[in-house]
Amino acid sequence: MAYSEDDLKQDLVDQEYEFGFTTDVDSEKIPKGLTEETVRIISSKKEEPEWLLEYRLNALRVFQGMTEPDWAHVTYEKPNLQDIVFYSAPKPKKELASLDEVDPEILKTMERLGISLEEQKKLTGVAVDFVMDSVSVATSFKEKLGELGVIFCSFSEAVKEHPELVKKYLGTVVPSTDNYYAALNSAVFSDGSFCYIPKGTKCPMELSTYFRINESGTGQFERTLLIADEGSYVSYLEGCTAPQRDENQLHAAVVELIALDDAEIKYSTVQNWYPGDKNGLGGVFNFVTKRGICQRNAKISWTQVETGSAITWKYPSCILKGDNSVGEFYSVAVTNNHQMADTGTKMLHIGKNTKSTIISKGISAGMSHNSYRGLVKIGKGADNARNFSQCDSLLMTDTCGAHTYPYIECENSSAHLEHEATTSKIGEDQKFYCMQRGIGEEKAISLIVNGYAKEVLNKLPMEFAVEAQKLLEISLEGSVG
Amino acid sequence: MLKVKNLHASVGDKEILKGLNIEVKAGEVHAVMGPNGSGKSTLSAVLAGRDEYEVTAGEVDYLGKELLELNPEERSWEGVFLAFQYPVEIPGVSNINFLKTAINERRKYFEQDPIAAKDFLKMVKEKSALVELSDKLKNRSVNVGFSGGEKKRNEIFQMAMLEPKLSILDETDSGLDIDALRIVAHGVNTLKSKDNATIVITHYQRLLDYIIPDFVHVLYDGRIIKTGGKELALELEEKGYDWLTKEEA
Repeated sequence: MAYSEDDLKQDLVDQEYEFGFTTDVDSEKIPKGLTEETVRIISSKKEEPEWLLEYRLNALRVFQGMTEPDWAHVTYEKPNLQDIVFYSAPKPKKELASLDEVDPEILKTMERLGISLEEQKKLTGVAVDFVMDSVSVATSFKEKLGELGVIFCSFSEAVKEHPELVKKYLGTVVPSTDNYYAALNSAVFSDGSFCYIPKGTKCPMELSTYFRINESGTGQFERTLLIADEGSYVSYLEGCTAPQRDENQLHAAVVELIALDDAEIKYSTVQNWYPGDKNGLGGVFNFVTKRGICQRNAKISWTQVETGSAITWKYPSCILKGDNSVGEFYSVAVTNNHQMADTGTKMLHIGKNTKSTIISKGISAGMSHNSYRGLVKIGKGADNARNFSQCDSLLMTDTCGAHTYPYIECENSSAHLEHEATTSKIGEDQKFYCMQRGIGEEKAISLIVNGYAKEVLNKLPMEFAVEAQKLLEISLEGSVG
Repeated sequence: MLKVKNLHASVGDKEILKGLNIEVKAGEVHAVMGPNGSGKSTLSAVLAGRDEYEVTAGEVDYLGKELLELNPEERSWEGVFLAFQYPVEIPGVSNINFLKTAINERRKYFEQDPIAAKDFLKMVKEKSALVELSDKLKNRSVNVGFSGGEKKRNEIFQMAMLEPKLSILDETDSGLDIDALRIVAHGVNTLKSKDNATIVITHYQRLLDYIIPDFVHVLYDGRIIKTGGKELALELEEKGYDWLTKEEA
């Protein structure tokens, strides 16, 4: 067994958001609002080259001609962009040679999150790039990775150190014209992660980034660019926690993955942004564009466990451009109280003999709404394309909703597509059966839900699988009366 | 061990148990027989604590405790086991993990440490042999893809693992072919001791050829209308329930 329910910590009794604390760090902010001036300030503060400023300004012009989409099955009050601070960096902002120079408050936060760098350095195999607000404050294992030619650094650093790579690939998978929030991100992105795996290199450790929205009222516009060169392999982990807030926070990230010939990227996310309180007050708006492109024989695998955010709008997708390329999407999305999630994937088959797999497990509780929305598109030239989709929904209460919107567009008659979908309510029979065997109700629910989500949890790297199980348990505590 | 006095229970507005009395002592096997709708499954559900059933009157003493005051998991920890008529499927949860969780939850209740892996595996090996449960089934998700007979054998395997004091077998013979019936009965008979008791709820006399009861009770319209020895079962097999129910009327 990859993991066991017994690994779950027993002491998770607090039903409030576990990581709901705020770090008291002096932040350097710019005035609220979005104008061309805002973009110029961000770019100059980050000492960016001219071409990147131009990229941002182009994106801003595109953005200004767009309207916010409303096709997703979510309702919320649209964020007022003029009331958002688009840039904030922790002070002091200077070169840090060791952990001693990091603000002790930040270190404390990391410790509470269980990812203290001291600990992480000792742990084998995980390099952590910790994003506090917008500027990376610490990067570890860099030297070790450097020996292999693996580049893993903050996006700003990559712009300075590896401009040729950034310039070549930025916006190639998610152009700034792609959608409203991608355009916004392209104009004002603050920082994020950059990763390059050289030809034929198997990255020896899981690369891990923890994002954290910190400054009150600060939009978080992360940009991630990950390039796996020919024949390389990388497993990338992304985990998110955020402090408790009463006001809504906007998060609009863009993640671009590039898998060149014969490369493989495994991208795993555990997302636990603050979901708002029981009455639906507060919580993070998570409007993310994640997409990867596969060249010949390449493979991209997305695995996500989504438990947080008031509103989630997210479709990690694969463009299967090269022949024999493979795309995978494994997802568990939990919504409770008043959360709303509209999530799924797009698998675009362009090359011949391309294959995709979609396993989506929605879990809805409270008054929440949970939607799967997915597109499988088989292009004219995509001979012998194959897709398997399975979309399951589990309802915990009578007051929540589960919705499935699978779209299929097929232009090639040699394609082979399978789609399965189920909706079930967590059974009184199942619960009673567990209880009769001596497993109390809360534990029974956790057992049943983890069993239901197992196919997806098993795809996560070990340490994430355990964390994800804990999250499911916390997210659903007290959800069934 | 178990004293049920004047038990009345309803589902919704419908009263199903109407003053049921039964007493079970340690070391005994009791058979409860009766026609469809007489209240057999309600009796097992009420004893196990299923909350759709409302107890409107009566009391149940179990080893000196008010059984009806305990919630279902507490009853389980205290040694009440129900072999389900329709065992429930739990996808993605392996049989083994399920049992380990159950055992450890009970150990927690008695303030014991979790069971050591070695002891657990030894126990699994020993108990599964009792009902000829294959390794494949042990590691599969609870009851998922099991045949009817495999599900019932799995119930007895769980019973063996949990070592209950009072076992209630609810129509365990339904849907079993003769070989499976023999295996199940062998399991139950092997587990029998002077310290535990078994209530066998059944429609047919068939199972009682293999599990020999000390007492046979006839349940009709929510009450026990006749109690006798094992020969009563044979008589029922021969004459049906009519002669008793007419007598009752």
